[in-house]
Amino acid sequence: MDEQALRLQHPAVIRPSVGFYTDVWRRLRRNRAAMAGLAVIVLFAGLAAFAPVVAPQDPIVQDLEARLLPPSMTHLLGTDDLGRDLLSRIIYGGRVSLTLGMVSVGLALVTGTLLGLVAGFYGRWADSLTMRTMDIMLAFPATLLAIFIVGIRGPGLNNAMLAIGVINIPIFARIMRGSVLRVRQEDFVEAARALGASPRRLLGRHILPNTLAPIIVQTTLAIGAAILEAAGLSFLGLGAQAPTPEWGAMLSHTREFLRDAPWAATFPGIAILLTVVGFNLLGDGLRDALDPRLRQ
Amino acid sequence: MAAMGRYVGRRLVEIVPVFFGVLLIVFVIAHLTPGDPVLIALGEHATPEAIDRLRAELDLDEPLPLQFITYMGRVMRGDLGRSIQNNERVIVELGTRFPATIELTFAAMLVASVVGILTGIVAAARQNSWFDGASMFVALFGFSMPIFWLGIMLILLFAWYLGWFPISGRLDYTIELTRLTNFYLVDALLSGTWKALGDALRHLVLPAVTLSTVALAIIARMTRSSLLEVLRQDYVRTARAKGLGEVRVISRHALKNAFIPVVTVIGLNVGSLLGGAILTETIFAWPGVGRLVVDAIFARDYPIVQGAVLVIALVFVVVNLLVDLSYAYLDPRIRYG
Repeated sequence: MDEQALRLQHPAVIRPSVGFYTDVWRRLRRNRAAMAGLAVIVLFAGLAAFAPVVAPQDPIVQDLEARLLPPSMTHLLGTDDLGRDLLSRIIYGGRVSLTLGMVSVGLALVTGTLLGLVAGFYGRWADSLTMRTMDIMLAFPATLLAIFIVGIRGPGLNNAMLAIGVINIPIFARIMRGSVLRVRQEDFVEAARALGASPRRLLGRHILPNTLAPIIVQTTLAIGAAILEAAGLSFLGLGAQAPTPEWGAMLSHTREFLRDAPWAATFPGIAILLTVVGFNLLGDGLRDALDPRLRQ
Repeated sequence: MAAMGRYVGRRLVEIVPVFFGVLLIVFVIAHLTPGDPVLIALGEHATPEAIDRLRAELDLDEPLPLQFITYMGRVMRGDLGRSIQNNERVIVELGTRFPATIELTFAAMLVASVVGILTGIVAAARQNSWFDGASMFVALFGFSMPIFWLGIMLILLFAWYLGWFPISGRLDYTIELTRLTNFYLVDALLSGTWKALGDALRHLVLPAVTLSTVALAIIARMTRSSLLEVLRQDYVRTARAKGLGEVRVISRHALKNAFIPVVTVIGLNVGSLLGGAILTETIFAWPGVGRLVVDAIFARDYPIVQGAVLVIALVFVVVNLLVDLSYAYLDPRIRYG
């Protein structure tokens, strides 16, 4: 039998090899809830990115003639007590909220992952010292620790990002350490070590890529939670400061004229809620897609 | 029982380093204050003598490790310093505010646990029904909820439009109540003031519902998935095979095993409730520790902030210990492990 015939007889066997992440994407795409979450995130991120183009008006310029107007064709979501267009403020607010969420989680991701990697790989005192410190940080209610850090360092966006980053570090460190401990036992790591791979090569080329799945899931969920935390801090007056449009700060401000302009307090909250739901849906979907065995 | 005693002993010993760790973190963060705390306390126009005196009084002229040891000693004696605003002892200030926070947190936990567990059980028992779908959809929104926004919406709807509940506070100022414990519900019961009891309860509803939302959603989801897991096990099939009704299978056989992760989740959520209480108290003008912290931050009253954070964190550590102990009670494998 020549080679040509063999190929024709078994067409199903010759399947193009696909990478792990292509496979994950294929599974994720079939998950409607996750796709809805992704769509919400893309929508808000797109609006935030193109805010100067999409926002109908300047988010900061006041128009005292147009104070507390209900939703209408000129102001789709109404105006606040200083006559600022709420839709524009929400669109621009997305920039602040999403940046806050991503930067603070980025900080936690890098620091926590490194700590977890070192703790899991080197073990012994490095492990004990790191993980006991993380345990103690987890002994604080997260919101309280964030408020404490901002309270001491002083209100403002940078300190809010720092605080939310810090409270997320232990979670990433724990997840990473657990994954490293699991992967470290695998044969391929042992084989690489036997071939004389340096610790850095072992960590970077062999261990890290195989520990990413839970980290990706946690990152997605943490961004949603960070947006919520950041909005909470701004609501208390500890995060974004006036006149910066930020969803939590907008809510705190609109409380004063709640009765006259309930819409002003309604829409920023819906923006926060939808964004966080988006990240939670995507995170849950990613968990299923990255580890199909977990799916029930 | 001996195994349980040993387990309790071991957990009590393990908690000591955590206590020290919490103290250390509070101490370190408190020293990240930008600027000089003495100048902040005394103002810019203080005399050099007054500055030196307060610096020595606060031990700020000592090296940091020594300062920490002094601080630890003070905390052990219950001395958390004095408020910069009114010179009241921090521990006294916290003592008058804590009952309000505990009352609120406890009520929220009760709502979250009862409603969450019941929802989870019904959703699992009727898997893939409309109730299952609807409750899990609502739960998704529940744990993504900015509770400060929910609080505002509840005030708008139930306090202003419908007028069912008061907008803020713990008790109508026209109602007299002898304050013995500062737990208003307890005080009202002790003194037999039914009017005060009713009014305090009416004040408690909106804040408690607001604060309970996130925990309720998580508890409902956890109860559902945990019960579904247990219901698939062989011993449950045996119970069904011998002809037991579904209610009895769930209540007598499945629930105790399904509760273990639920109890953990309830315990872990006490932390998020204590954190969430800060936001809830701000919205509803609830005179608890949370509002005290926020007000103190803006007044730069650092001893109050530091003291309150420390006490809340220690309460959380103790709650986690209690959760671990109840866990061991529910699952004998843990205390013998």
